[in-house]
This record gives sequence, C-alpha cells and structure tokens, in this order.
Amino acid sequence: MTDQTGTRASLAGRTLVAGRARGRALVLPQPLSFWGGVDPATGVVVDRRHPRAGACLTGRVVLMPAGRGSSSSSAVFAEAVRLGTAPAALLLLEPDPILVVGAIVAQELYGRTVPVVLLEPEAFHGIRDGQWVELNASDEGSRSGAFVQVRQDQELTPPGTP
Amino acid sequence: MADLHLTPQDEEMLSGARGEAARLAMRVIVAMARARGASRLLDVTRAHVDGCLYQGRASLDFAERMADAGARVRVPTTLNVGSLDLLHPDLYRGDPETAARARRLMDLYVAMGCRPTWTCAPYQLPDRPRRGEHVAWGESNAIVFANSVLGARTDRYGDFADLCAAVTGRVPDAGLHRDEHRRGQVLFRLSGLPPSLLDEDAFYPVLGYLVGAEAGTRVPVLEGLPASVSEDRLKALGAAAATSGGVGLFHAVGVTPEAPTLDDALQGRPPERVVDVTPDAVAAARDALTSAADGPLRAVSVGTPHLSVAQVGRLAALLEGHRVHPEVEFYAQTSRHVLAEAGARGLLAPLQRAGVRVVVDTCTYVTPILRRTDGVVMTDSAKWASYAPANLGVRVVFGSLQECVRSAVEGRVWRDPELWAGLGGDRP
Repeated sequence: MTDQTGTRASLAGRTLVAGRARGRALVLPQPLSFWGGVDPATGVVVDRRHPRAGACLTGRVVLMPAGRGSSSSSAVFAEAVRLGTAPAALLLLEPDPILVVGAIVAQELYGRTVPVVLLEPEAFHGIRDGQWVELNASDEGSRSGAFVQVRQDQELTPPGTP
Repeated sequence: MADLHLTPQDEEMLSGARGEAARLAMRVIVAMARARGASRLLDVTRAHVDGCLYQGRASLDFAERMADAGARVRVPTTLNVGSLDLLHPDLYRGDPETAARARRLMDLYVAMGCRPTWTCAPYQLPDRPRRGEHVAWGESNAIVFANSVLGARTDRYGDFADLCAAVTGRVPDAGLHRDEHRRGQVLFRLSGLPPSLLDEDAFYPVLGYLVGAEAGTRVPVLEGLPASVSEDRLKALGAAAATSGGVGLFHAVGVTPEAPTLDDALQGRPPERVVDVTPDAVAAARDALTSAADGPLRAVSVGTPHLSVAQVGRLAALLEGHRVHPEVEFYAQTSRHVLAEAGARGLLAPLQRAGVRVVVDTCTYVTPILRRTDGVVMTDSAKWASYAPANLGVRVVFGSLQECVRSAVEGRVWRDPELWAGLGGDRP
C-alpha cells in the first residue's frame, strides 16, 4: 500500500468526506473533543489537558486517532469552517461520525470542503508532524477512494503554492 | 466492513427527488452510516432533538437552511432545552442579540414540526418509547435513560444528526441499535458498600460519576442496586455517567429491562473487567464534584436533568415553612409539562412562598441566568457540578437536596454530618 517513489510516499485510505486538500501535517497523539477543546474563533486547541494544547489547527492536515466526547462537536466543527479556522483536512485512524456530520453540514452551508479520510494504522503512523501532505479523496463509500501523498523530507517551505 | 445498502426510498431522498431538505438530511445520515460501517438504515418511531440550543451561528444557519428548504419532521419529535426560558423571559441576563438568535433558532425547530417540549428529560413526558423501540434521541442523559431504563434503542445523536434523523425517519443500523453493542462490558460490584448509602439520593449521581469515569465508552453493569430503586435515582446515575464518560447505556442487574440476571446483562459472556466499588472510591468521586473549599454562597441550582413531579414534591416538602436567605438565589429547573402537573397538585406554592425561582425550557448551566458568578454555587447534580465551572466560571459545592435547601435557607454551606457517615473518614 505504501509506494515509495523518491521523496514521496503514496498512501491509500477510505473516504468519509470527499474533497482535495493540502497542508502541513499536525499530529494529535490523543483524541480531541472539538466541543470544549477547540476555540472556533481561533482554531486553537484550548483543552488544557490535551498534549497539543495551544496548537493551531487552522489550515493543517490534522491527524487524529479518533474523535472524543460531546456530540455538540459537530456544531463547533461547522462553526470553525464558517469562520475559516478549520483544519484543511482530517486523517483519522477510527471513523468519527460526529466530525463527519460537522464537515458535511459545513460543506452544504458554506461551500467549503474539509475532506475526512480514514487511514490504516501503518499509513497513519507513518506521517510525522510538519510533513507536507496532499490528498485527493473521492468516491465516498468505497474502501480505497482516497489518495494521500506525503513528502518524506520534512522541508519547512511547502513546494509550490502555500 | 459491509457495504451500505439503501432502499429505493432512501435513494429517492438522497437524489433530491423528495426535496432539498430530505436530500441534505439523507446525505448526513448516509455519511454517518458509512462512518459507522452500517450495512443498512433503520426506521425510527420518534426523535428528540438537541440542536435547538444556540451554539453559535452555524447552529442557526443549519436550521434556517433546512426550514427554508421546507424541512418537516416525519416522526413525532420532542425538543431539548433552548437557551431561553420562554415562560419567564426576564430570567435571561445575556446580550439581546444572542437572545434574538437563540429565540429564532427555537422558533425554527417548532416551525419544522417539532413539539415545543423544551426539556432534557423527555422520558418524563407522557407516551414514552417502549422496550425495543428504535428512536433517534439527542442529549446524553436522555440517551442513557432511553437505552437503560426504558430499554428503547438509540445511538448517540448530536447536533445536525438529530434533525436529519427526524426529517428522514432513518438512522444507521449501528451502535446501540444493535444487540452486540448492548452487551455489558464492565461489571461494577456494590457489595462492599454500606447498605444505608444506597438509601441516599445523593449517592446516585456520585456513583454515576465514578462509573462513567471508569467505563469510558464501554457498557457498565451494576450489581447490587435494590430492585426498588426509583427512576429519579437512575436518572441521576445515568446523567452523571454520561458526563464523566461516554456512557450511552448501563445495565442494573434485577432493575433495568435487559438485565433480569447478570448473565443476561453480559449476554452470556464474562465481563471484560470487574470493579469492586469501595467506600474510598465513592468518597473520591464525591469530592471531585466539589471545586470550592469556601467562599460566600451565592446560589443553589437543582433540576439538572429537569425535576420530575416527585422531585418537585420533595423540594416543596423540604422548603415548607422556610424562606431562602436574601443573599442567595435558588433556581429549580423543570419542564413546562412537569410545571403544569406540579401546579395542579399544589406543589408550586411552597416553592414560591420560599422564594425559589422556577426555570423552564432551559437550564442555568447553558445560558446566563445566575445574577452573580463570583461566589459558590451549590447543586445536587453531578452534571451541573461538572459543566458549570467551565461554562459560567463559578465554583461549585456538590451536596444532597436537603443540604442544598438548608444551605440556601441559612445563607452558607451546610453539611449533613450523617449523610456520608457510612463511608468512614473525614470529608473536606
């Protein structure tokens, strides 16, 4: 499944919410509840007990093992999309219906897509914080509709556009 | 993981042939089903919608989009609390702009065909879901009560998903709708606790808080509760377990409908874990619910979840012949349905004479109602004690209803020396 070509690795995943996105990876080692855990006005993790408290999710490809906590997280996620503070994409290890609902409703309301992709553990754990990730997730419902490219050299400036 | 099979009716909704509101709602339901790995959707007989509480502009934008698209609920749908007490609008102390948006949100849900019940305890309304009935309920304490005490089946539906289920009448065949996810996983044995403790109302929210923290999202089984335990105690237990953990269902052996025996609760398999509940663990859970060591008592808040008629009666009896101290505000939350019934039974007059403010349609921890948040607030609710410090910035003392009432009358925190005597040790 991992196809190593030069400095890029190509990974396949399952599409939960279709779309294209690119951005630098931000790895959350623990599940995060958006309700009470993320300030939608700033995109910053405000749950002080979370190991990435203070990190800003805006525009990042956020890797999260699973969602957690309140079902009101759907509304907080949609609010972050409305305010332009949401992640560029979510890569998950376990499917999270609450964030999927938030992403779909936000797409319907605001026309902005935050793709959500489920990765196998090997692929998920192979992506490190700060790596540049590009993904194309299509075909919601199929088992391998998402293609994720990861740059292996953790260069600080993204290739091409921002 | 099975592929999702949709019926022709589901496909019709998804394609937009049944209108834009049904399309959007079915798209959300299908995405949830795929995320859950469901192979089909199920019919629900009714819904309880939590999205009517104002959480920001996105909540309102969604309701407006659905209402504009002609959304109507297809199954009988009750509404959870909103941000305003529509019967006592003077209680709201927030900014008028937010109040106007919150009001508009509440009106939109009613316009889509939901009943203006405005309660987090829909199981205290007439005509409750029956055992085995598939429903789509939001609000964590209502979910755990429906699954555990009524034996109905609902997964945990939150904002947006609740209305989408009500509009389509369909939910993924997943989670707590399925037998295999209703199997008890963590066994809590209560035989090490003094029996007198199980006679105290205040024990049940503490036990629930302990159980939720230990069980997380797994299904707890409680062994050792008396068969006669009241619904009000099970309500407090479930609400607390859904606060400290992600509990959506618990079994109590010999009490709840799916647990006539321990073996039934465990579906014939051994528990994944056994927890012997000790007096020390109960004392620790009790103490975790109190965040204030001292300070002036500003308010008392009871009724989270909303008070039942029996609880209003108990409060009335405790307040008879007393008056709340002039420096203390006393709020009692319930539904307008219970308010009417309690009024008809003459239970409200003692509350009014004592100076209690009855709050309906909302709750004091989700909206600005308290006049002062700089001191200590006392409550008998584990859920209120958990959420209010972050939501309102208050410090909380957890106590029994009797402790709450006497403290409110005396104007300072009063402790019942007998209440936890069976646990041994000192309390802070």
